[in-house]
Amino acid sequence: MHDVSAQAAHHGAPTSFIRKHVFSLDHKVIGKQYYALALVAVLIGMVLSWIMRLHLAWGSYAIPGLHLLSQNGAPGNVMTPEFYLQLMTMHATIMVFFVLTTAPFAAFGNYFLPIQVGAEDMPFPHFNMMSFWVTFVGFLVLVSSFFVGDGPTLGGWTQYAPLSAVGAVAGPGQGLGVVLWATSIGIFCIGQLLGSLNFITTTLDMRTRGMSMWRLPLSAWAWFITSVMGLTAFAVLMPACILLILDHVAGTSFFVPGNLVINDQLQPHSGGSTLLWQHLFWFFGHPEVYIAIVPGMGIVSHVLMANMRKPMLSHRALIYSMGALAVLSYMVYGHHMFLSGMNPVSSLAFSFPTLIITIPSTVIVLIWLGSLYGSKLRINSASLFGLGFISMFISGGVSGFFLAQPSVDIMLHATYFVVGHFHMVMGVAAMFGIFAGTYFWFPKMFGRMMNETLGKIHFWLSFVGTYAIFMPFHYLGLAGNVRRYQAFVTDAMKPLIPVHQFITVAALITGAAQLIFLYNLVHSRFWGEPASDNPWQATSLEWSTPTTPPPHNNFGDTLPTVYHDPYQYGVESSVGDYLMQASPEQVKNAHDEA
Amino acid sequence: MQKICYELRRMATTIQQPPKVDETRGPARPLDNSSGGGLRNLVPAEGDLHRVKDHAPPPASTGIWVVLASITMTFAAFTSALIVRQGGSSDWKHLTLPPILYLNTMVLLASSVTLEAARRQIGAYMMGRRDQVPPPSRWLYITLGLGLLFVAGQYIAWLQLRAQGLFLATNPNSSFFYVLTGIHALHVSGGLGGLARVIRRLNKSVLRKSTLDATSHYWHFMGGLWVYLLLLLWIKL
Repeated sequence: MHDVSAQAAHHGAPTSFIRKHVFSLDHKVIGKQYYALALVAVLIGMVLSWIMRLHLAWGSYAIPGLHLLSQNGAPGNVMTPEFYLQLMTMHATIMVFFVLTTAPFAAFGNYFLPIQVGAEDMPFPHFNMMSFWVTFVGFLVLVSSFFVGDGPTLGGWTQYAPLSAVGAVAGPGQGLGVVLWATSIGIFCIGQLLGSLNFITTTLDMRTRGMSMWRLPLSAWAWFITSVMGLTAFAVLMPACILLILDHVAGTSFFVPGNLVINDQLQPHSGGSTLLWQHLFWFFGHPEVYIAIVPGMGIVSHVLMANMRKPMLSHRALIYSMGALAVLSYMVYGHHMFLSGMNPVSSLAFSFPTLIITIPSTVIVLIWLGSLYGSKLRINSASLFGLGFISMFISGGVSGFFLAQPSVDIMLHATYFVVGHFHMVMGVAAMFGIFAGTYFWFPKMFGRMMNETLGKIHFWLSFVGTYAIFMPFHYLGLAGNVRRYQAFVTDAMKPLIPVHQFITVAALITGAAQLIFLYNLVHSRFWGEPASDNPWQATSLEWSTPTTPPPHNNFGDTLPTVYHDPYQYGVESSVGDYLMQASPEQVKNAHDEA
Repeated sequence: MQKICYELRRMATTIQQPPKVDETRGPARPLDNSSGGGLRNLVPAEGDLHRVKDHAPPPASTGIWVVLASITMTFAAFTSALIVRQGGSSDWKHLTLPPILYLNTMVLLASSVTLEAARRQIGAYMMGRRDQVPPPSRWLYITLGLGLLFVAGQYIAWLQLRAQGLFLATNPNSSFFYVLTGIHALHVSGGLGGLARVIRRLNKSVLRKSTLDATSHYWHFMGGLWVYLLLLLWIKL
């Protein structure tokens, strides 16, 4: 397989500044670019959530400077109901697409997948570069909607038709705002398709000698499975966006039914299907939540094993379970549509596979817990966030069990229960996966260690903070607090306002704690303690690079040869209690499955 | 698909034994800047032959199937959109397809045949008479011309539909007609770009067999996809 890399991915080290740092073909630079994009996006998304939380808790108070974001949306710095919805839509879109998809999958995957399989680079470096810059343009298009027309769309990240498809008559941002939203997401799809193409071919074709599929680390497997999901899911979202844009700019009626009257105006459409949008969107939307979480599973398994100093109970069961999640993710999307007027039989048909998803999820969790049991886990920032990931995944996953059943979901649909559920299982869990990956791989990416004390403070504040924010969401939902409401004026909801105030305080503190992470990241980048080539005594190929950070072609003159399964911890070798994948040494008690 | 099956089978049956350190192959081949592509990579050099066994196919051969899978998903989504949209509506109005579409179909299918002719000729050229000047690109040019003719023909079909007073937003049938043929024509144009690239690389003698194969897989797929779309439009619209 060595010859392949020489054929396809080989390109000389860049010499100009532009090629080195801007339009780079190097997967490592592209990975870091994705990470930087996600960092900017997550800061914007977090500030948006702060503004919304302040408004929910103390609605009538002015937020200084808010009118700068929108003149019409916040007259006198107090936001209008429409502006609340616009902020919410942007918060969700930015977080789901430009943070939860880019950071764990595109950023870490780009940087480490080629190194973990033992390749010089991805097979199509130009597509890889395009993948990032296309995504970046998509981000600019999305953010630009704040500054043109009457602001961004207010339709929510799901953009249900016909609200999303009828145009400006439906409210501020529903004209140009939706077009920009759909354009941005369509562009984003192209970027992710190009990325998935590279990820899949890298995994199948670029593995170095001795690296069979089973010898791939779990993180590489997770990225591979995710890229297969991405390839199929984004290829469906893109046509949906095209049809939505056409309904806006060309006057077609794909999603808008006839005889629709909005604000006393009869809409010039006929015969469209509002459910069609939901089908297309959720066929993408459900795999998307696994696109966000599966890389985290791989990363966390990878990180925890290096800190447990022993392999997981079963490498293969984890891989099969992640694969099962991917397959099932296409069969369950209808559980988002139990209340859409679908035939109840369809609800049952979608409910059943949804409940089946608990099986691979439980297998994964049990393998983690069983492997952790009795291990002498090294407590550091990375492993703490790994544990936090597992905790969040369990807490958020359990509430999914309720929502999977149509009879229960009828009660809980579109309440804060759902919001709490997906923020924990997909949002925060995936974020913890990103943090675990960052603390673990930072030394390899930048050649310096991150500050452990700050990392642990960051963990505890984030861990307690996110539970303080999202656990009460479940209670609010059970109490009937509907999501996407910007004020609570009925007698039934007024008593819930103190809970919202508690959540807002928790959100502000937890958000501020992320500044510790940001400081740690920037400070360590320049002034951190220099890192050795393998600071965690880990086994996979990224720790075998000749220099730290790895050179342009990752492994110098010779690609490594792989002799072992990826997680040879707890063995007795000449270097200690571990054996590198690229080490030819043979030990008696190795965990090789061959 | 074949590739995936191969991988799955290999994964299931053989876990690669750790290579011995003193293996006769020697260590992994040092990277060589000069081997960046070109015809000389088509046939492994004598010393490399024993490596062919564990030599994965060039990424382009896998990549093209990945690309085609994603295009398949895209058109599957359009198809299901068409079916759902037709199912729940009362404004579905039958539309007579412009007859030039059948001519276009013949042109596109013919271009697949000429591309195969080109592939054979270039294959022979790569295996043997590599010094032939200029390289045999005639069939490629014919394919390119037929492809352009197809796109032009689709444009004429749109004009004919316009002449009937059927525009993008006139009714759902015309909407789907323009969207499906338009997106397909866009993909065909991408294939034309691929063909132009193949011709340029062939003339510079830096064409890889995997590039040629991937381009022709894509092109044939466009032909098959068009036949499918034509049937869909014919039955449904």
